[in-house]
Amino acid sequence: MSLTPNESEYLENKIGRKPNLLELQIVAAEWSEHCSYKSSKKHLKILPKNGERVISGPGYDSGVLDVGDGYVVTVHIESHNHPSAVEPYGGAATGVGGVIRDILSAGTRPIAILDGLRFGNIETDSHARWLFKNAVRGIADYGNCLGIPTIGGEIEFDDCFTNYALVDVASVGFGKKEKLIRNRAEKGDYVVLIGGSTGRDGIGGSQFASDKLEAENRSAVQIPDPFIEKLVIEVILEARNQQCIKAMKDLGGGGLSCAISETADALGVGIELDLSLVHKREQNMSPSELMVSESQERMLVITDEKKLETLKKICEKFRVPYSVIGRITDDSMMSVVSGKNILATLPSQIVANAPLLDRPSSKPKYLDTIEKIVKPETPKDLSVTLLKMLSNPNIASKQWVYTQYDHEVGIRTVVKPGNDASVLRLDNGKFLAAKIDGNSKHCYINPRDGVMGCFDEACRNVICTGAKPIGMVDHLQFGNPEDQEIFWTFKESVQSITDYAKYFEIPCVGGKVSLYNETDNGPIKPTPLIGVLGLIDGKPLIPKKIENNDILIIVGTTKDELGGSEYYEYVHNLVGGKCPVVDMKYSKEIQSTILALVKNDVVKVVHDCSKGGLAVAMSKLCILNEIGCSITLDKVPSEKLRPDELLFSESHSRFLLVINPEKENEVMSFLKQKNVPCAMIGKFTDKNIIFTNQTHSIMDVRVDIAQEKWLNSLGAFVTHG
Amino acid sequence: MKVAVIVFPGSNCDRDMYHVLTDVFKLESQLVWHTDELPKGMDAIVLPGGFSYGDRLRAGVIAAHSPVIKDVKKMAEKGMPVLGVCNGFQILVESGLLPGALLKNTSLNFMCKWTEIIVKNNKTPFTNKLQLDQRIPIAIANGEGRYYADEETLSSLKKNNQIVFTYAEQVNGASLDIAGICNKEGNVVGMMPHPERSAEQIINPGNAKPASLIFESLLSTLGVTA
Repeated sequence: MSLTPNESEYLENKIGRKPNLLELQIVAAEWSEHCSYKSSKKHLKILPKNGERVISGPGYDSGVLDVGDGYVVTVHIESHNHPSAVEPYGGAATGVGGVIRDILSAGTRPIAILDGLRFGNIETDSHARWLFKNAVRGIADYGNCLGIPTIGGEIEFDDCFTNYALVDVASVGFGKKEKLIRNRAEKGDYVVLIGGSTGRDGIGGSQFASDKLEAENRSAVQIPDPFIEKLVIEVILEARNQQCIKAMKDLGGGGLSCAISETADALGVGIELDLSLVHKREQNMSPSELMVSESQERMLVITDEKKLETLKKICEKFRVPYSVIGRITDDSMMSVVSGKNILATLPSQIVANAPLLDRPSSKPKYLDTIEKIVKPETPKDLSVTLLKMLSNPNIASKQWVYTQYDHEVGIRTVVKPGNDASVLRLDNGKFLAAKIDGNSKHCYINPRDGVMGCFDEACRNVICTGAKPIGMVDHLQFGNPEDQEIFWTFKESVQSITDYAKYFEIPCVGGKVSLYNETDNGPIKPTPLIGVLGLIDGKPLIPKKIENNDILIIVGTTKDELGGSEYYEYVHNLVGGKCPVVDMKYSKEIQSTILALVKNDVVKVVHDCSKGGLAVAMSKLCILNEIGCSITLDKVPSEKLRPDELLFSESHSRFLLVINPEKENEVMSFLKQKNVPCAMIGKFTDKNIIFTNQTHSIMDVRVDIAQEKWLNSLGAFVTHG
Repeated sequence: MKVAVIVFPGSNCDRDMYHVLTDVFKLESQLVWHTDELPKGMDAIVLPGGFSYGDRLRAGVIAAHSPVIKDVKKMAEKGMPVLGVCNGFQILVESGLLPGALLKNTSLNFMCKWTEIIVKNNKTPFTNKLQLDQRIPIAIANGEGRYYADEETLSSLKKNNQIVFTYAEQVNGASLDIAGICNKEGNVVGMMPHPERSAEQIINPGNAKPASLIFESLLSTLGVTA
């Protein structure tokens, strides 16, 4: 827990003296990479943050989007990687808790959770299994207890996450625009700490998360209590309804140090905080422990003299502990006292704004050779290959996971987990689609194309439900930024996200950067995650039951882009090749064409074609509808490819459309008129998944066997090892 | 006609139940905080789902000692219709209004899915619009949802026609596949599945009509014509 020599010098210059030990600890917490974004902040400025629906305000911890009729949607994403790698249950649970409070901070009710989970190889590594199982249980126990549905997410397993875990949680909130917290404060206002008591858990958590994971620092992991969090949510929303909240911030990384300095800085005021008044879980806590403890389920609320009593009564109704810990001053200083003793006095603007770094970067050497590979031979029996692909944990159904999450509570979930994107109904009659996507395998091979693919995939997923993307959040996860090659991959990713967001006019309304994701085994692959929200002003496309003789149309071209594919990595154990590339102009045309088709209500199902390629996407449709299909591969619009490449390439900008045979002419002529590559490639019938070309059968698998593999593999790996 | 929806600390299906009663079935209802007295003039009581007291000690056991439960018991004795859903069912069992216990699912996991239940008693205030053996597509979401009772209790449940719903498939290892039961008089009904999540077609992937008949039964019991 310390500052670099440069930072110490900067601090001394700014405050004109040597800081005392407590001051140093407060600044060290706030200036950690985790809280200050000192490596990344300069580069994040290029992301487009404005759009017609974006509402921005001072000190918002979440993005706010106007969805019309006086309503707003809020969204935020966070990760809890280091804690989850040490203590997966508590780490993942408190990860949920933290992002929920960011949504609450804006004055909106959290209505959904999505999670992205990444672990090592669960087939061979029992530690990875243990991490996976307990992270899922942590999220389930926390989210279920809060009554916030976990509506979707994604899971990836890769050797680069061995002995580690990426646990990303996104949350969506909903509320009335007029009830948004406006974040303002005047001299004399009260600072109230509401929620769980402050203890010795999560001490130095933000610094722990700003370093490579070496020691299992358990005291840096926070302890979850979803029951208190649920009560805090109800207290805050009732206090909001009774106009008791002038400003609000959740306590997360860096504890009181960050919450106090950032609030004072954002509001342009000073805060005097009396540590003797903080309600504590343990006795004899030192001032520095109190200032950097990351005990959970705490909110900082600014209220005025007039409303203080009402606020106290609300807390008492729910029996939620609180303490009035300070007052707003007009000197822009954060002052920490204990009774009559002055412990720290620092300008909040200095504390809240770490000196930013301009880290050097250089293109990683491995990228010069990774695309050059000798193509693997075609497997003898592609039917066997398909079954292997369907039981691959990266592809197999995630129902073992999402059935442990209450995804129905709140009675908004119209399109359920397990589909391309989940859809929630909103109180104004509109619908909101949400999806997060990441792909460390593609991003490793080409950081720029990889992350753009994730962005494109998340957009395609919400488009499958008939939603138009209205906003995005990103979560940028990399190894040590002091490594120039790693930092280069970070910069490439930010540039790529920016290019796509600008071209598609999708504002970035929030995000998070998580660096130092590495263990003794080395850094993780670049793993940026993209979350996209889409709005449906009309009816959502709820996938309809596929019937005998329904036909299948593919839109988009399949290309020789198998680098980073599940087929290369899982079947051939080959890391390399050329990963799928997004052509933005072409992708935009396809997306708007698909959206128009869905609006016309002529399609029964729209399914994105991505991980595992055409063969896996087709199999999923067959398995979910318990019907076979007969597909002619020669008809698939493509570059010149071998059958296995056609089946498993993960090229972007492709959709599968299931339609009633009567609609074939209507749909095909619409697609042709829009000039997008497309073809009717087969129909649904019988009980086998059959792919053929002109001369012979390429693949023939019984649906019930495929179903058994796809549905049960993940659960079997976890429960039986 | 007025329905009280009791809210305990940690209830989380209270607003869902309120929405379905008031907005979907146009039944006037009121959220009642657990430390308050039951307001006068109530005609039915619903204990919604959730995690009262965070499921500490045992699901429902602390809430069963809430002040409002005294009033619920009084009204139940007078024959007022009382419905407990999920955690509400657990609370009814813990407060002694219904027999048996709810244990951890045999999977040892929380389980959220759609299933079907079968009507075994259509004489209760919540099932009188349903046919015997009618199937209801319905959502379940619980960790401690496995109904358990000893042989003697089970045979008295059978004898007194107290088994209201059974699962159409084995979901959690419940005794006799029980999904819901009632008291001897039939006015107090507890069920693990969530009718309030299943009565609107937009969120029910199956047919929402049978689940909506649970609420229409209550309307009919209270003499409200839809």
